[in-house]
Amino acid sequence: MPVYATLIERIWFYAFRVLCGAVLLFLILPILVIIPLSFNEGSLLVYPLTGFSLQWYREFFLAPEWTMALKNSIIVAPGATVIAMTLGTLASIGLTRADFPFKSTLMSILISPMVVPIVIVGVSSYLFFAPLGWTNSYLTLIAVHAALGVPFVIITVSATLQGYNKNLSRAAASLGADPITTFFKVTLPLIASGVTSGGLFAFATSFDEVVVTLFLAGPEQTTLPRQMFGGIRENISPAIAAAATILIVFSVVMLLTLEYLRGKAEKLRTSVPE
Amino acid sequence: MTDTTLSAPPLLTVDGTPLKTRLRHIERLNQFKSLLLILPLIAFLVLTFLAPIAAMLVRSVDNPEVAPVLPKTVAAIQQWNKKSLPGEEAYAALASDLTAAKEDPSQLAEAAKRLNMEIPGFRSLVQKTARNLPMETEPESYKTALVELDERWGDPAYWHAIERNASTSTPFYLLSSLDMSVNDEGEIAKAEPDKAIYLEVFARTFWISAVVTVVCLFLGFPLAYLLATLPTRQSNLLMILVLLPFWTSVLVRVAAWIVLLQSGGLINGALETVGLIDEPLELVFNRTGVYISMVHILLPYMILPIYSVMKGISPSYMRAAISLGCHPIRSFWKVYFPQCIAGVAAGALLVFILCIGYYITPALLGGPKDQMVSYFVAFYTNTTINWGMATALGALLLLATVVLYAIYNRLVGANNLKLG
Repeated sequence: MPVYATLIERIWFYAFRVLCGAVLLFLILPILVIIPLSFNEGSLLVYPLTGFSLQWYREFFLAPEWTMALKNSIIVAPGATVIAMTLGTLASIGLTRADFPFKSTLMSILISPMVVPIVIVGVSSYLFFAPLGWTNSYLTLIAVHAALGVPFVIITVSATLQGYNKNLSRAAASLGADPITTFFKVTLPLIASGVTSGGLFAFATSFDEVVVTLFLAGPEQTTLPRQMFGGIRENISPAIAAAATILIVFSVVMLLTLEYLRGKAEKLRTSVPE
Repeated sequence: MTDTTLSAPPLLTVDGTPLKTRLRHIERLNQFKSLLLILPLIAFLVLTFLAPIAAMLVRSVDNPEVAPVLPKTVAAIQQWNKKSLPGEEAYAALASDLTAAKEDPSQLAEAAKRLNMEIPGFRSLVQKTARNLPMETEPESYKTALVELDERWGDPAYWHAIERNASTSTPFYLLSSLDMSVNDEGEIAKAEPDKAIYLEVFARTFWISAVVTVVCLFLGFPLAYLLATLPTRQSNLLMILVLLPFWTSVLVRVAAWIVLLQSGGLINGALETVGLIDEPLELVFNRTGVYISMVHILLPYMILPIYSVMKGISPSYMRAAISLGCHPIRSFWKVYFPQCIAGVAAGALLVFILCIGYYITPALLGGPKDQMVSYFVAFYTNTTINWGMATALGALLLLATVVLYAIYNRLVGANNLKLG
């Protein structure tokens, strides 16, 4: 703030900061509040804390319903991520390679899984796959989760490809590399950070998905969010706080990875600035 | 210059074809190869996402219950003048159909259940009539015999209900979702007040979404402005505070809000300690809880697009306006705000679109009066197994989303979406 600021300007300056601080507090408060409760001794999710205990973590890692949910999440989310990443990256390359009619329409259809209400995805896939006997299966759940993750891969990879200098591919081709070698040796290393970011988004989408799982998965495929959903609905125990804390640590790791990748992607921008 | 290009012979490639043709050919080949790269994803999305949604839309007008069970009745009723009672042949056909339908009681029960949706009590009428068929002695007139068995067969309303189900597709569910129905005159009319609940649900859904969008805008805009104007290092640090909730599981945040807002929770505890309240406020399992948690979940979707637009606005314009004597507030409104309107529109539309389809937060943090359309779609699928209503409500919700998404694409462009 400049020294010549008037009183009103000063008041405005601080009021504005306080408002923004309050919004940031609002954003972060729930996350700060739930972590201490997971170490609480009492069996209720209320403050004040009564004593330190790791029993809820013990329950999370030993109780069969939680271990099964964790195992299922670890099966489903990476499966969905691999499908979404592979198909999404190929399609993004296709979308940036050439112009063809209805390209923007096609693009908006490919991104639509992100905006279609999730209940509609859940109900329609249930009604569609149930007569075929494909519900209660890992494969169906993975496939639908992958469809939900695709838009994120398309968005991040397309954005990264816009910073990719096509002359590098042309140079590789002129030096005798076939398109597949060019892709793996030249293009992919340069867009890898974008692809990984997209993959992270797809992973988070599947890892946090509860509604489709609610409709499509049988008791055998209960995932972590599904287990938490049931827990919050029926009896909210501190084991949920332990699960939440572990998920928060997980999201911090993902967020930091993403920030790291973003920095890396900036450095790898090869397109000539306009 | 025009002369030389016109008179010059066309450029040829090595094999003698004109260069223009060859280039066009290569361009087409390139387009084809690009499509080939997109094709696997299209095929995958068709199977896992688009086909199920198309099937759901078809199902919202599907009416498979009555017509196959009463084929002769449906045929006989075509000649009916729809004013008085149908003729003897319709009654005879009905008796014959119901007798035949007793072979498959479950199908008959489905048809009776469907007719019961049209007129309450129709189920028992169908079951009672079927029980008494075939008659011991062939009656002289089925019309008299059936009306004698139950006088409701003498009421044209019941015949109108059968007539509305003569086809295997029906607007019944879609109209019901809009609190309307086809009356006995074949016109679309408002549903009876005790059945008219869905327009209120749609209005509530849009109202909640609008409130959440406005609150997100008022909270998100100043924060986005702060983030865009702070030095990079500080803003990156604060950005993490915005992105961390964005990356945290929705269920974690719902659990946290219950802890914070419940009657013995932190917020009530803090307010009581300060002495602002004597009784704990009811903040959760009602509308307040829904608003608070939805704003919390959707706020980053508002901040990020606004921030990315503001980031590209040079601060010199504002400085210039102020140095030219314009009041800071006026120059903000006249100079700065118009430049970030694209970000505001993108954020607001995105938040609104995501909000109208929300299910988890109202289901876990709201009361019965706070449920949105999504809840009823899930309710009809899981609890009452009324797939007609589930798919019809889903189709209308989808329609609303698609319209808003099209506006979004027009204004912002789907590929201009920025994340994180």
